[in-house]
Amino acid sequence: MTTQIVTPPSEVAAPPQQRPPAAGGRHRIQSRVFGIGRWVVIAGFLIATLVPFYYMLLLSVKPIESLLRDPASLIVKPSEFTLQTYVDVLSPVASGGQGFGRFLLNSAVVALGSVALALLIGIPGAYAIARLPFIGRRQVSGIFLAAYLFPAILMAIPLFVGFTRLGLRGSLVGLIVVYTAQTVPVAIYMLRNYFETVPESIEEAGLVDGLGRIGVLRQISLKLAMPSIMSTGLFVFMIAWNEFLFALLFLVDRPGRWTVSLGLSQLSGSVEVPTTVLMAGSVVLTLPIIIIFFATERLLTGGLTAGAEKG
Amino acid sequence: MAVAESEKTSTDTRKRRTITQRDARLGLWLMSPTLLVVLVIVIFPLLWSILLSFQRMRLIQIGRADFFEPLTLANYQRVLGSSAFWSSLGTTFIYTFGSVVLAISLGLLAAMAVRQPFRGRTFVRAAYLLPYVAPVVAVTFIWKTMLNPQFGIVNVIGQSLLGWDEPIAFLSQERGTWEVLGLEIPVRTALLTTIAFEGWRYFPFAFLFLMARLGAMSGEPEEAALVDGATPWQSFRFIVLPQLMPIIGVLAVLRTIWTFNEFDDIFLLTGGAAGTNVASVQIYNYLTVQRNVGAAAAQSVIMALVLVAMLSVYLLILRRRGERV
Repeated sequence: MTTQIVTPPSEVAAPPQQRPPAAGGRHRIQSRVFGIGRWVVIAGFLIATLVPFYYMLLLSVKPIESLLRDPASLIVKPSEFTLQTYVDVLSPVASGGQGFGRFLLNSAVVALGSVALALLIGIPGAYAIARLPFIGRRQVSGIFLAAYLFPAILMAIPLFVGFTRLGLRGSLVGLIVVYTAQTVPVAIYMLRNYFETVPESIEEAGLVDGLGRIGVLRQISLKLAMPSIMSTGLFVFMIAWNEFLFALLFLVDRPGRWTVSLGLSQLSGSVEVPTTVLMAGSVVLTLPIIIIFFATERLLTGGLTAGAEKG
Repeated sequence: MAVAESEKTSTDTRKRRTITQRDARLGLWLMSPTLLVVLVIVIFPLLWSILLSFQRMRLIQIGRADFFEPLTLANYQRVLGSSAFWSSLGTTFIYTFGSVVLAISLGLLAAMAVRQPFRGRTFVRAAYLLPYVAPVVAVTFIWKTMLNPQFGIVNVIGQSLLGWDEPIAFLSQERGTWEVLGLEIPVRTALLTTIAFEGWRYFPFAFLFLMARLGAMSGEPEEAALVDGATPWQSFRFIVLPQLMPIIGVLAVLRTIWTFNEFDDIFLLTGGAAGTNVASVQIYNYLTVQRNVGAAAAQSVIMALVLVAMLSVYLLILRRRGERV
């Protein structure tokens, strides 16, 4: 098709088998179908992605009776609107609630702790891989990748044992350490991409001025990489906040230390807690993530796909 | 003059070498916290698990276990000899293949649809990423509620608008029949539902990377094709898609690895019941219900080997294709 550009005009007109009018007709029909289809697809995906979250929000502000009476209703009448579900789910168990306030605190401690630790050890590591020619620099990523081939549950068995012996199982610190180990390879990947884009000449200028490598890292590279550090931190926060398996294995017998994810999964199995109250719990679990995500969408997706543009 | 010159160069190289050496040492230092954490929390447990797969070990004994228990192949015999393992392997294959194909196809469709700028595109893009960023426990709970046979919205609408005779237990019915044009097609309801869930939850991942690639693509070849009278489909098929193939390949590998080892989604949706007993859920059951650490470890090792074999075949195909083009 593209070769036609270079062929002389006389030849273009000559072969009758090209049937320009027919091709043109097909072209017009296809363009129209694609033009309409595109909007149908866009709308379809919007419905599929947004309706479940709308449904969550809807059920969280209804009493359970009104859900059971009219399950088909997709709106909440002003007369039935209630925030009692949130009160129920957040207040402590002692006062008849489900204790999600406590779970929120636990989740926040775990997620923020993981962010701090992952950045603290990930930033120097990423800088080293980007800039410093140490032995095994190329092999490091391969080792990280290999570790991802095994199901997480395989690591869980020895960690369960080791942490039990160290007295770390059932503590939030143990969970922070595990989340850090799980997120550091991705954090390094994201940060390294950015450190590599910092012009080496700027760093060399710092070196010439007698800053030393650590000084360069702290006073130049770190400041330039701030957006990337932010997005990496947010990414780690999301993973730690959402994580389920290790929280289940380490904390299931310690209800006082449950994270929101674990608490919701444990309570959703029981019949005593109304679905609408648990939906309020889901909102409480999801909302921080959605707020962070919408506030920083560009920052976050840019950091993750930094390598993809090159193909 | 000449002597002074050569002396100067030799001190220069010496200085440069010491700087390089110092940088190398510093590099190792900066890397060491990461290496330590990954070594202690990832690599060491992995190796210990592989060792455990060759030892007789129950959960109750593990508190006083040491590394020097006698080695045995009994765990592997037990796992490979059980029919549950083979059926779970089959389920895992169907689940992985279906989920990966569905998630990448949906991601491609979505990325192509929002490719041209329009009002509200930023919002649409962000909305499409929601299923991926939202907590897995929350989204599985929403799905379970929506699919609930008593009051879930899907069954209510299905019965009132689509004319279903009775509610469908999407997550607890192992096999059902679909009536299409008078034909009764047997389907694995719960497994298909979990695959649909995976497609919904992970299409944003493919979408994100395909969008990035599309955005960086030059529009010239397509414009040239348009001038030549190529239809939109031809221009997608012969110009856009070939340029996306490398990233689709990477996505397929990553999603295959992650889906093959997926635990949370199935455990939370069905608990592994109704024919959705994929390998990682079965390993969890070996561990917590049967309390057989050795068998759990053995099955994990077997699954990792299967995954490595699958990826090798895939890379082989990819390389052969690369040579032909």
